[in-house]
Amino acid sequence: MALLELRDVQARYGPIRALHGVSLTVDEGEVVALLGANGAGKTTTLRSVSNMVRTNGEIVFDGRRLARRSPEFVARQGIAHVPEGRGLFPELSVWENLRMGVRGRLADSEAEQVIESFPWIERRREQHAATLSGGEQQMLALARALVSKPRLLMLDEPSLGLAPTVVRELFAIVRRLNEEEGLTVLVVEQNATIALGLATRAYVLEVGKVAVEGTSDELERHEAVRKSYLGY
Amino acid sequence: MQQVVSGLAQGSIYASLALALVLIYRATDVLNFAQGEMATFTTYVAWSLMDHGLSFWPAFAATLVVAFIGGAAVERVLIRPVEHRPEIVIVIVTIGLLIALNGLTGWIWGPEVKAFDSPFPLRTIDVGGVIISLQDLGVLAVCLVTVALLWAFFRFTTLGLVMRAVANSQDSSRLLGVRVGWMLALGWGLAAVLGAVAGMMAAPALTLDPNLMLVVLIYSFAAAVLGGIDSPIGAVVGGLVLGVVINLLGTYVDFVGGELRLPAALTVLLLVLLIRPQGLFGHRVVTRV
Repeated sequence: MALLELRDVQARYGPIRALHGVSLTVDEGEVVALLGANGAGKTTTLRSVSNMVRTNGEIVFDGRRLARRSPEFVARQGIAHVPEGRGLFPELSVWENLRMGVRGRLADSEAEQVIESFPWIERRREQHAATLSGGEQQMLALARALVSKPRLLMLDEPSLGLAPTVVRELFAIVRRLNEEEGLTVLVVEQNATIALGLATRAYVLEVGKVAVEGTSDELERHEAVRKSYLGY
Repeated sequence: MQQVVSGLAQGSIYASLALALVLIYRATDVLNFAQGEMATFTTYVAWSLMDHGLSFWPAFAATLVVAFIGGAAVERVLIRPVEHRPEIVIVIVTIGLLIALNGLTGWIWGPEVKAFDSPFPLRTIDVGGVIISLQDLGVLAVCLVTVALLWAFFRFTTLGLVMRAVANSQDSSRLLGVRVGWMLALGWGLAAVLGAVAGMMAAPALTLDPNLMLVVLIYSFAAAVLGGIDSPIGAVVGGLVLGVVINLLGTYVDFVGGELRLPAALTVLLLVLLIRPQGLFGHRVVTRV
């Protein structure tokens, strides 16, 4: 059974329809990528799952319907959403941002795990999040999502505006967590090459609909996907 | 020096109410024009409790509880239904609440002035040749202790951390599972507590009537703008500075006297808005276009 399932989800911002009936599944333990051009509906799909946008259709997580529940309810079901722009609290310190992942005090074991994956956090723990570099902010957003021990991690454009080395490091951490701890990931990404390298399956969205879907290998061989998103 | 201490005492009242304004502004981006009337209403509650035989401090504590519940209730009942409307709608709701509370206060307790006992001795002490009123020292101490307790709450407790996060970004907080609505209600409750402290400290000196906090609210707006409307520390510093400056101007500048203190505060407000709109400690808003 799918951990997350969207059935014919439509979403709108006021009078503008952003999704025209998106259906997709994410199985437990897999990494699924959402690809597409600007305005295709990738971010809106994640926002629909988190109920940050008005939707119709069915969204089911672990057998429980999420439609029309509050974003805080969705988060409490074990869905960690790292939004585009990272969603950090710029006036809080690095450590306080991390603590918001558990809405309390970090246990010693949790703190050790974070510092193992992101050693620089220990040195910067009292620094305001706003003063971090873009890469560090993205890492912190990921770390904060991970301390909540999510069942599903949703990443929205994690590579946006980051140096290639930082992107590689970020995706390596996500891959390790998926392989070693079975973390389920739904990632929205414009960089199709890096997304397909991480994901087992992917969906290509065009104007608010799923245009193509398949395994990463299949999509890498798909002529239209290659030309439009992989550049060869 | 005596005028400075007296100014600090008055300023601590402005600081408390200014901090209440800033707390709500940071969380919701709107100014609560009813903050002063909420404070007046709760001060009347304290007066009623004392009128029924309670001494000052038990009445003070009970009033803070009433203020907290009332403030949270205002958020849930009046502000929540319009929270997604344009800011001007929320501002109009707070102005409506100001008028309604002012009328309700007069209707319940009458328009006549009431004496409000001070918890502090009315005598003075001589400190190195400077005559200082114990009333002023007491007011200053109560307001500063309240502000310090609030600071400790925000700095050292998980609830305080979550409330600061909500003030930073409601959307990000929701995505982390924070019940933002309850945090906003809590913020309104705490702001009402600060207002109640300001009201109960101001009433003995100003005497209690339904317009008790109208003028104090204007001073507090000026203090909040002076310190930086989004800065809690700015509200406190702004309140204290304004209290001292206004008191010194009223005492030593002949033409200011007692009558021109309010225009002097408004002049400060205007100058700050013209010269340094973000105030002493506020953040300058830069928008990328």
